[in-house]
Amino acid sequence: MEIIVNGKTFEVNVSPDMPLLWVLRDELNIKGPKYGCGIAQCGACTVHVDGVALRSCQLPIGDLKGEVTTIEGLGTPSSLHVVQEAWIEHQVAQCGYCQSGQIMQAASLLEKMPNPTDEEIEKEMSGNLCRCGTYPRIRAAIKTAAKNLKKGE
Amino acid sequence: MGRLGTITRRTFLVGSAAVAGGVAFGLYKLATPHDNPLEDGLDEDAVTFNPWILIDSEKITLITPHGDKGQGVTSMQAALLAEELDVEFGQFETSFGQPSAAYWNTAMADEGVPFMATDKSFMAESMRDVMGGVLKLMGLQGTGGSTSTPDSYEKLRIAGAMARETIKLAASKKFKTPVDQLKTRKAAVIFPGGKTVKYTELAAAAALISPVQDVELRDPSEWRLIGKPMKRVDIVEKSTGILKYGIDQVQENMVYATIKVNPRQGGDLKSYDATSAKTMPGVNKILTVTNGVAVIATNTWYAMQAVEEIDFEWGEAPYPAEQKDHWDRISKSFVEENLDSEWRNDGDVETALRVGRVVSAEYRSPYVAHAPLEPLNAVIRVTDDIVELWSGHQMPRMLQRIVGNVTGHDASQVIFHNLYMGGSFGHRLEMEHLKLAAEIGKQMRGVPVKLTYSREEDFAHDFPRHIAMGRGQGTVQDGKVEAIDLEIAAPSVINSQMGRAGLIIPGPDAQIAAGSWNNSYKLPNYRMRAYRVDELAPVSSWRSVGSAGAGFIFDSFLDELIHEAGADPMAERIRLMGDGVSKTVLETVAEMCSWGQSLPKNKGRGVAFVESFGVPVAEVVEVTNTNDGIRIDKVWIACDVGKIIDPVNFENLVQGGVIFGLGHAMNCEITYSDGMAEQSNYDSFEAMRLSQCPEIFVKGLENGAKVRGIGEPPVPPAAPALANAIFAATGKRLREMPFSKHIDFV
Repeated sequence: MEIIVNGKTFEVNVSPDMPLLWVLRDELNIKGPKYGCGIAQCGACTVHVDGVALRSCQLPIGDLKGEVTTIEGLGTPSSLHVVQEAWIEHQVAQCGYCQSGQIMQAASLLEKMPNPTDEEIEKEMSGNLCRCGTYPRIRAAIKTAAKNLKKGE
Repeated sequence: MGRLGTITRRTFLVGSAAVAGGVAFGLYKLATPHDNPLEDGLDEDAVTFNPWILIDSEKITLITPHGDKGQGVTSMQAALLAEELDVEFGQFETSFGQPSAAYWNTAMADEGVPFMATDKSFMAESMRDVMGGVLKLMGLQGTGGSTSTPDSYEKLRIAGAMARETIKLAASKKFKTPVDQLKTRKAAVIFPGGKTVKYTELAAAAALISPVQDVELRDPSEWRLIGKPMKRVDIVEKSTGILKYGIDQVQENMVYATIKVNPRQGGDLKSYDATSAKTMPGVNKILTVTNGVAVIATNTWYAMQAVEEIDFEWGEAPYPAEQKDHWDRISKSFVEENLDSEWRNDGDVETALRVGRVVSAEYRSPYVAHAPLEPLNAVIRVTDDIVELWSGHQMPRMLQRIVGNVTGHDASQVIFHNLYMGGSFGHRLEMEHLKLAAEIGKQMRGVPVKLTYSREEDFAHDFPRHIAMGRGQGTVQDGKVEAIDLEIAAPSVINSQMGRAGLIIPGPDAQIAAGSWNNSYKLPNYRMRAYRVDELAPVSSWRSVGSAGAGFIFDSFLDELIHEAGADPMAERIRLMGDGVSKTVLETVAEMCSWGQSLPKNKGRGVAFVESFGVPVAEVVEVTNTNDGIRIDKVWIACDVGKIIDPVNFENLVQGGVIFGLGHAMNCEITYSDGMAEQSNYDSFEAMRLSQCPEIFVKGLENGAKVRGIGEPPVPPAAPALANAIFAATGKRLREMPFSKHIDFV
């Protein structure tokens, strides 16, 4: 079957029930989305499908409808997304393993709600687990990104 | 074997001369009795000055041998080298290097001796010297025990200074300019008149001269990097998803594996039936390994699906099958023959307990999993000549021996590529997953295999933090705490962990009681006895090790007694605290939170103090008792590490430590039923979510005489501070973690 990831079309030949996560990681060698729990409890595998954040460990590739964006497609070191800029400014990451998912979730949040309240941030971001405990910096970085988005308008 | 093992002009061998300490302008030598691993296969245009610095005509590489689990030690090590080398962030690359005895950990001895960090007696210092000597001879390279910064602090600055002075000497000879007229800045030598020559252009010339061995370290007032906010070297890669962890490694023609081992840890595999698994999509092979089975497939997910299809018959667990029997065993161990050590006996506890009413309490600290977000994994390729292994690990030299034992290779034939780790919290001190990877690699000779644990398999084989039970008796008099008689019983984590690595550690296990006696409190009567319980479930070091449980037990009991005395929890702790550094820590946190201010009726504050890894830490937690449960609103924390290397990373690590301590105390435990851990994923082992995260105010102090690490010390006081706050808000004493067994959290 054909899938579009980060604007590129790929032909994949796998079981239709294989989750998108494992197609990305082991078939297409796109390693930004991470395996953490496999049951939608940690959010490390978060990607966008047509701009909406979802857990790629839960989406069978046969059910995929839409274009996939991973952290690699969101921004790169030479062309950072506003959320990534804020993540770097606040030096959010410790081990960093959850941060691809956190950033994809935050980017989706700001797409929906460009100026989120504390409660909206808590609601949207609490499905993404960070074992290192970078939550205070995640909160601050989302606020900075929202502010910078506003400035850029 | 290349030039490794031979003494060449490029190698610094200073015998056993000790690294001097403390004085800003002393003359320093780098003491390493081991060969420089960077000598091996060095190009003609390249120069290595010591095991940490390599410069060739193209680039500067700084070797940062301490493993990075997220605590940021790559940047810390690089900054210490760069400070004296006069290079800026952005002008060098970093590498974890090859495992080498030259990277022996000089600071681990501090934690390996049964003395308080503040104990500077002849006996304590002599024991540290002996332990240090043993570790040096063993060439024990390791990351753990919050030792990376203490190990690196002086050593790496000396290494940087030696390289800088050698480059200057080379420049002096090459350009016929007196060396005292040369300066260095931004990876270049500056000549009188302003001409600059890059270090990379001087590498070949520097390789031809004897390296300068005696150097002077700069006065801290001249530091450009240390103590100032840094931009972590890994921060851009970690914010763009391009950093490659162990689980992301790919080798040509690699196949994917997963594993299922008897979930009754240590129990055997009686039989299995893989008939249907063999026919599943993507499956290449089913292999038998020790106590379990591995599936080799074309995709990790295919392997994980297939292993679930196998029918297993597992043997019994070599420990009690039910959790209640673990507690029963602990409960029966407060007897003379189990006494491991009497760590403290000040005053006359027996007599003091005969005066006034005796307060008694019993506490429990559960098994807790490490569960770092990156599951255990390794890529391995075994050939006749070598084993090549890619993974993230805290003990690179030890693993070479252990993996080589499985594959039939000498440790020197095991090429280990250490990688950034997606968390560890002590999980990646363990060797079992690497032994299993080696068993798979041996059966797949020549083919690179990536072993990835499922989250469930990772939980089943986590080797959690040990359980502990504490029993306290105490008295108060005239509004003051008069006596504490505390006993703690627990299995020996050191015995369990080192036993799996084939090592026997003699003497008492300081971790059974760590956090309950090694503090500067001057209680008039204070006895602390530790009891060793025979091994139950196999256990391992969990961020802050014994101090997480024993610190909770001690501080909670102290809080109960202070309440009984009718004293203020903060004022009484300050009064009892003799040592100036620890007292200042408590006074600082009191000032930060304006302790003593009146609070609304449904709010409460608790304070706790625990010293671990030589770092005194005080935390205040403020909670609100809402209709739906306890909400943690704010945390204030003060701690003293002697010197903060990077204030940004420091704050992040301290906040993370608080969250780690609070989250697990709130709702995490591993319990056993039918010999298996009952928790298998984050739905039943959640810890803290962002919505529950309080505001956390951090203050780092620099009064301590020695530089200390901060990875672990913020963890232990979090649980008792939370319990004490809940008591203040609700009147309910929580004597067992996780607290969610007894109270709701919002």
